[in-house]
Amino acid sequence: MKQFRSFVRKEYYHIFRDKRTMLILLAMPIVQILLFGFAITTEVKDVKVAVFDPSKDASTQRIKERINTSEYFTIAEELTNIDQINDIFKYGKINLVIVFSENFAENLLHTGEAKVQLIADGTDPNQASTLTGYVSGILGSYQQELMEQYQVPFQIIPETRMLYNPQLKSAYNFVPGVMGLILMLICAMMTSIAIVREKETGTMEVLLSSPMKPIYIILAKAVPYFTLSIVNLITILLLSVFVLGVPVSGSLFWLAILSLLFVFVALALGLFISTLVNTQMAAMLASGMGLMMPIMLLSGMMFPIESMPPVLQWVSAIVPARWYIEAVKKIMIQGVELQYIAKELVIIGVMAISLIMLALSKFKTRLS
Amino acid sequence: MEDKAIYTENLTKRFGNFTAVDQISFEVEKGEIFGFLGANGAGKTTAMRMLCGLSHPTSGKGNVAGFDIAREPEKVKQNIGYMSQKFSLYEDLKVWENLRLFGGIYGMKSKEIAVKTDEVLQELELERERETLVKSLPLGWKQKLSFSVSIFHEPKVVFLDEPTGGVDPVTRRQFWELIYQAAERGITVFVTTHYMDEAEYCNRVSIMVDGKIEALDTPKNLRQQFEVSTMDDVFQQLARRATRKAD
Repeated sequence: MKQFRSFVRKEYYHIFRDKRTMLILLAMPIVQILLFGFAITTEVKDVKVAVFDPSKDASTQRIKERINTSEYFTIAEELTNIDQINDIFKYGKINLVIVFSENFAENLLHTGEAKVQLIADGTDPNQASTLTGYVSGILGSYQQELMEQYQVPFQIIPETRMLYNPQLKSAYNFVPGVMGLILMLICAMMTSIAIVREKETGTMEVLLSSPMKPIYIILAKAVPYFTLSIVNLITILLLSVFVLGVPVSGSLFWLAILSLLFVFVALALGLFISTLVNTQMAAMLASGMGLMMPIMLLSGMMFPIESMPPVLQWVSAIVPARWYIEAVKKIMIQGVELQYIAKELVIIGVMAISLIMLALSKFKTRLS
Repeated sequence: MEDKAIYTENLTKRFGNFTAVDQISFEVEKGEIFGFLGANGAGKTTAMRMLCGLSHPTSGKGNVAGFDIAREPEKVKQNIGYMSQKFSLYEDLKVWENLRLFGGIYGMKSKEIAVKTDEVLQELELERERETLVKSLPLGWKQKLSFSVSIFHEPKVVFLDEPTGGVDPVTRRQFWELIYQAAERGITVFVTTHYMDEAEYCNRVSIMVDGKIEALDTPKNLRQQFEVSTMDDVFQQLARRATRKAD
């Protein structure tokens, strides 16, 4: 035990005396959360909209007013001819065209049904779906108002449903993603680098020729990074609740359990990488290419998994962060009960156990 | 045999088809300074690693400080010190922190560590550098400190893998004084080196060629046997027989 304590103390010295690295490790989650939360946002504000309104009646007037006064849209042009639509996108100033059907109010009041066409610029599919979502929201609220007024059912087509994130806040999506990314980065990348550094400097040989058990060497290395990731986790949660306004609607306890399991997966991956490579540079590349890229691209953090080709969907199933991020979204944003994240918990648990076994069996007690 | 510091019998290490160490047998007395010579790639480091419990022998027997290297590597490790070819201290720890760390790893008590630390620093005339980070020490001091760390827990045998690489002659001389002091206290010293003048300082030397020990005696006897005037000539004659390429 004394051996272990002196070793853990040494690991803390390594980290605290490397001021630059420590600053990066502590500031990274803050910067990422703020970047993803504010700068890199898929939210829309003051998007220019064109309207083609052949009926020009009270209902379309009301809807246009609502769209124009919302913070998301400004009606920039009223089209007089339906053929203008093709040209208008080419100039790139307009991102969305709203086309009302003829005799809109009449249809709505007499048949209870009226049609609106929303034409968005599909070159940016994320933004397009966001925009149509917003407009549908506005149409929906108008429809609601009419129904209360007349006590008769009205329907404006299209109808879109939005769950859990009515304002389509992008932070809701990014907070769980950043959590997965940071935990993986610190636990896996830093642990593997720290172990490989000892191989590189030759101190690993000295340690292995000492009575210190290899398993303790590894555990002692993991302890400080474990602490650091807890600090980062708390920072991320505080920032997301108080700065971004993303609540933790579910159980904080299960969120913590889930995160701890994920940390184990990350530590095991870091250990595994350290058994495969011999230089710090290789460790960095392996964890950068092997862990960061899949998390950014395949975990559903940036691109929805459902819209990937099937092959990539299968690949994403072996990315631990995918399951973690999915479960965090469920707990934090949807606030679900334990049974709904049981699947993710089990998958991550199995990954943790098998990776740790694999890494330990690979980690050579003897250098040859 | 139990009273020898080290003895081996047909100790062999194979990597696939390649036999790095080929049935070597030798003995080292307690308190002896034993030089372990050989060109690059002759198998010195592999042999030393087996003796330190870092590498498992393919066949043959080895015994260090009274323990079998294949069956009781943990006990071997508890009783030896090891100074690797690469610099083996932590650069971002202070001088005294390095001493405390290695004392702790070998299970020494805090009080014991404190007393021993003062002793070592005094011996090395490093008292004023106690709080200095190791990375800002000159290379010669680092090497001497590194040696003191490897014998900090008073091991029975200490293994030194090319300990004086890249060090100036004056510091090398001082380094060997430290080695003599350790040997006088009864610590067996097992040292590899490339410097043939250092081979002269050893009580006995062995010379490895292509994984086998080709010569083993006192420096004086070896010179007479090969009818040359320096150890360097002895080494050259033997090294020329090598068929294996240096790595």
